[in-house]
Amino acid sequence: MSMVDEPLYPIAVLIDELKNDDIQLRLNSIRRLSIIARALGEERTRKELIPFLSENNDDDDEVLLAMAEELGVFIPYVGGVEHAHVLLPPLETLSSVEETCVREKAVDSLCRIGSQMRENDLVDHFIPLAKRLSAGEWFTARVSACGIFHIAYPSASDMVKTELRSIYSQLCQDDMPMVRRAAATNLGKFAATIESAHLKTDIMSMFEDLTQDDQDSVRLLAVEGCAALGKLLEPQDCVTHILPVIVNFSQDKSWRVRYMVANQLYELCEAVGPEPTRTDLVPAYVRLLRDNEAEVRIAAAGKVTKFCRILNPELAIQHILPCVKELSSDSSQHVRSALASVIMGMAPVLGKDATIEHLLPIFLSLLKDEFPDVRLNIISKLDQVNQVIGIDLLSQSLLPAIVELAEDRHWRVRLAIIEYIPLLASQLGVGFFDDKLGALCMQWLQDKVHSIREAAANNLKRLAEEFGPEWAMQHIVPQVLEMINNPHYLYRMTILHAVSLLAPVMGSEITCSKLLPVVITASKDRVPNIKFNVAKMMQSLIPIVDQSVVEKMIRPCLVELSEDPDVDVRFFANQALQSIDNVMMSS
Amino acid sequence: MNGGDEFGASGDLPPPLDWRFSQVFGERSAGEEVQEVDIISAIEFDKSGDHLATGDRGGRVVLFERTDSKNATGARRDLEGTDYPLRHPEFRYKTEFQSHEPEFDYLKSLEIEEKINKIRWSQTANGALFLLSTNDKTIKFWKVQDKKIKKICDINTDSSRLIGNGSVASSSNSNSTNTCLANGGLPDNSLSNDFSLQPGGIPLLRLPAVTTSHETSPVARCRRVYTHAHDYHINSISNNSDGETFISADDLRINLWNLEISNQSFNIVDVKPANMEDLTEVITSAEFHPTHCNTLAYSSSKGSIRLIDLRQSALCDSHSKLFEDTETPSSRSFFTEIIASISDIKFAKQGRYILSRDYMTLKLWDINMDSGPVSTFQVHEYLRPKLCDLYENDSIFDKFECCLSGDGLRVATGSYSNLFRVFGVTPGNTETTTLEASKNPMRRQVTTPSRPSRSLSSITRVVRREGGSPGTDGNGNTFDHTTKLLHLAWHPTENSIACAAANSLYMYYA
Repeated sequence: MSMVDEPLYPIAVLIDELKNDDIQLRLNSIRRLSIIARALGEERTRKELIPFLSENNDDDDEVLLAMAEELGVFIPYVGGVEHAHVLLPPLETLSSVEETCVREKAVDSLCRIGSQMRENDLVDHFIPLAKRLSAGEWFTARVSACGIFHIAYPSASDMVKTELRSIYSQLCQDDMPMVRRAAATNLGKFAATIESAHLKTDIMSMFEDLTQDDQDSVRLLAVEGCAALGKLLEPQDCVTHILPVIVNFSQDKSWRVRYMVANQLYELCEAVGPEPTRTDLVPAYVRLLRDNEAEVRIAAAGKVTKFCRILNPELAIQHILPCVKELSSDSSQHVRSALASVIMGMAPVLGKDATIEHLLPIFLSLLKDEFPDVRLNIISKLDQVNQVIGIDLLSQSLLPAIVELAEDRHWRVRLAIIEYIPLLASQLGVGFFDDKLGALCMQWLQDKVHSIREAAANNLKRLAEEFGPEWAMQHIVPQVLEMINNPHYLYRMTILHAVSLLAPVMGSEITCSKLLPVVITASKDRVPNIKFNVAKMMQSLIPIVDQSVVEKMIRPCLVELSEDPDVDVRFFANQALQSIDNVMMSS
Repeated sequence: MNGGDEFGASGDLPPPLDWRFSQVFGERSAGEEVQEVDIISAIEFDKSGDHLATGDRGGRVVLFERTDSKNATGARRDLEGTDYPLRHPEFRYKTEFQSHEPEFDYLKSLEIEEKINKIRWSQTANGALFLLSTNDKTIKFWKVQDKKIKKICDINTDSSRLIGNGSVASSSNSNSTNTCLANGGLPDNSLSNDFSLQPGGIPLLRLPAVTTSHETSPVARCRRVYTHAHDYHINSISNNSDGETFISADDLRINLWNLEISNQSFNIVDVKPANMEDLTEVITSAEFHPTHCNTLAYSSSKGSIRLIDLRQSALCDSHSKLFEDTETPSSRSFFTEIIASISDIKFAKQGRYILSRDYMTLKLWDINMDSGPVSTFQVHEYLRPKLCDLYENDSIFDKFECCLSGDGLRVATGSYSNLFRVFGVTPGNTETTTLEASKNPMRRQVTTPSRPSRSLSSITRVVRREGGSPGTDGNGNTFDHTTKLLHLAWHPTENSIACAAANSLYMYYA
């Protein structure tokens, strides 16, 4: 046992705790690996710490995960880029453990280090590493190998490049589906580093293997690769190689594959160009919009705006719009909901006339949907339609929908609509708002559910911000202050909360003249909960109002509360008094 | 679908097997009481056949490993020099761990038993074994790995200093409550500034040295817990061939999980009627196809097997194929529906055939033929006259498992009096063996083979022959409904069967 000097003691403990029995302590030490490295110096970090970490890799996953993450940014501590390769061995072992998240982090770190390494170091150390992992006995190593080829490939010699391509092709045909999935996931990244001559031959044949895999899960990931590969290829190659595959996939037996296609299809439109889009992709997309499986229609409906943006308006009106009409009365509420969340975005694409003619009836029918999520989704995107057709046309149908949602029996629905009120207010304008919605906002302050009352208070603050203090003085403050006399203390508490939120928006003058007196009255409430909330609130008012007001009105009130029989009231009153003193001292 | 190699083209019949006792674990001595918690409730071989797992009512999982596998040295074989070459699988105890504990569901005021309902092996990785185990409600994913025993020596801080150094020192003591604070509260910045000034590092600091011994000990760790997804009791779990997903089935629903995601599952089958009074049928067992990732089969209490194509739809309430024995039983009775309930189904290795077990029979189905079973084997026809008694003492609801040999040529299932039966399934093969789970398995063998048959006349004939006097089996032995052999498993590559008789695990080979 060695003795360590006093100032080094904490670091010595840190090092020892790398091997402590308590996982929390090991984790802490690993997270502070950079401190240990600095204490040891660059050379000993390379010669002792890193080998130590390589050997001690049978730790708990949490520790390994932290280690994989730390090593990714460890280049400065081992002496810079020229020594970066010493970090590869511990990461190599970490990238073959069984726990997926550790492996993924190790692969991330390997890529991060690899992308900083010098070219000859890559050739000497990184490429052999990629080869070793690809030949790993267990699938875990081979899975990780797939993720680092795009770093290894560019610096390899031509001969090695050929070898790497053939290794990757073997990975695409590995016995284990996990490895094939990893190969499919990373194919796009790898392909991006490959010369275009090999792209069409080698990569396309790997891609074809993956698209014909027995396992649905592999084919799914191959679909994801379609868009990435398509962007790398020349348009005509994309049309000959990718297009038939995607059209095939769009009619795959497995709904999960079609679901992926529905999600990805719009990304391919640009890669293939307008003509093939019209002849092949639009029909494929229309099929997906009418798919038997609701999940596929949900995915397709969710992309309808993105897809239409790429098409010219006539095509959209001619082919897509009829499907949209069908979807707006789909049997699955989730399909309608997905449609409602994006359909507003179609308005700018179609232009004003087509929107009024075709989209408006759909909006209106969705606004009357029996399922609240559908209505909410329409309302949340209202600003987009407003820009195209103006609020007048919509407001008539809008209002009943809003009122109905405002009184929905599910509090989450009410909560959602409250959150959109400021948006609606800004779109509808003061006049409309005063007439129809003002009363609703007050009504929510007395909701049975606390979350709603809280949101209602917040909503008032946002409205005051939107329309300004003067408007609020007229339309909000009097009504709110009236409710402070509610017999139920929980409602009085909501009002206090609303007042405390409004105060900063209303400014010092109104706060002193209108709000503060109400608060001071409330400090005489019979319920202790109200009283200590008053104390808390007063603390928040201190910075808003003038110091003289603090001394004249707030302090006496708090002093009184600080002698309250209730312990909590005294506590918060004293806390507020203390913060007054602090403000005095600092000023 | 390539099932051609499974049952071979008829013609050359495999020779009948000569079963012998191989091993017993946890054998009961005479007069010893069986503890309820020790009763084995699940048996499963892993894919290679090198490991065997059993689960019991006490929530424990016990693992056995093969001792005669390829890496066994020749010397060892010489040492054990026996009359016959050590060809048949022999196992030894490897480790055990507590998989499930009894729990209490406070919301529903229900006790959740710790009993292991099913064990399924998952993909081996990095030399570690992985398995899923489930009780009625909770599925757990276990990793069992041989860990080298390590010893740490040569640390910086001396233990004698620890005592004298107050709060900081105690940070090396894992029992102390302020340990994390001492480490976590390290003032990074001030320290790191000092260190960077010394280019050679601080020579006094040493990394802890670790000595690794060659001894290893298996350590089981629970990696994931999949819970809160079943309202009813889980009866099956099954891994998908994609190595990524598995299903769990309860009485009314089947859920699909990703092995890596424990907080989310997808309901793929839901047979729960809107009104529970309309309930006529429950799910009794479910299994994925061994190679087709999108096919799964589940059986019902009405005796039907449904094949499902996961590609068709997200919610697979409509089956793609339905297998039912349309043949009406000779005499319908009160028990007809109860005994039709399928207690277990198993896919054959290649996935073309499905074996099902109901109370009285084993049935083999070809998934390309939904008109009826390919063959039906009577398991204990002599009990038919006694169904009433069996109903009285609830034995009629016993859930017997079934299994197929790796080559698909034979099937096996359990019965009462600790008996199990092995049938040859190749067309023309009449091999039928009855064995007793004891050291002398052939003691009670029925010599007259009862032909697998679907014809009614033969059933009645069997009944007449075997049901001599009440309470005795075909050989005149009294049958004992309390000693039932519910769980058994066939080795995936060799003719070896592991079966559970109460708390004992018996192994046989041929």
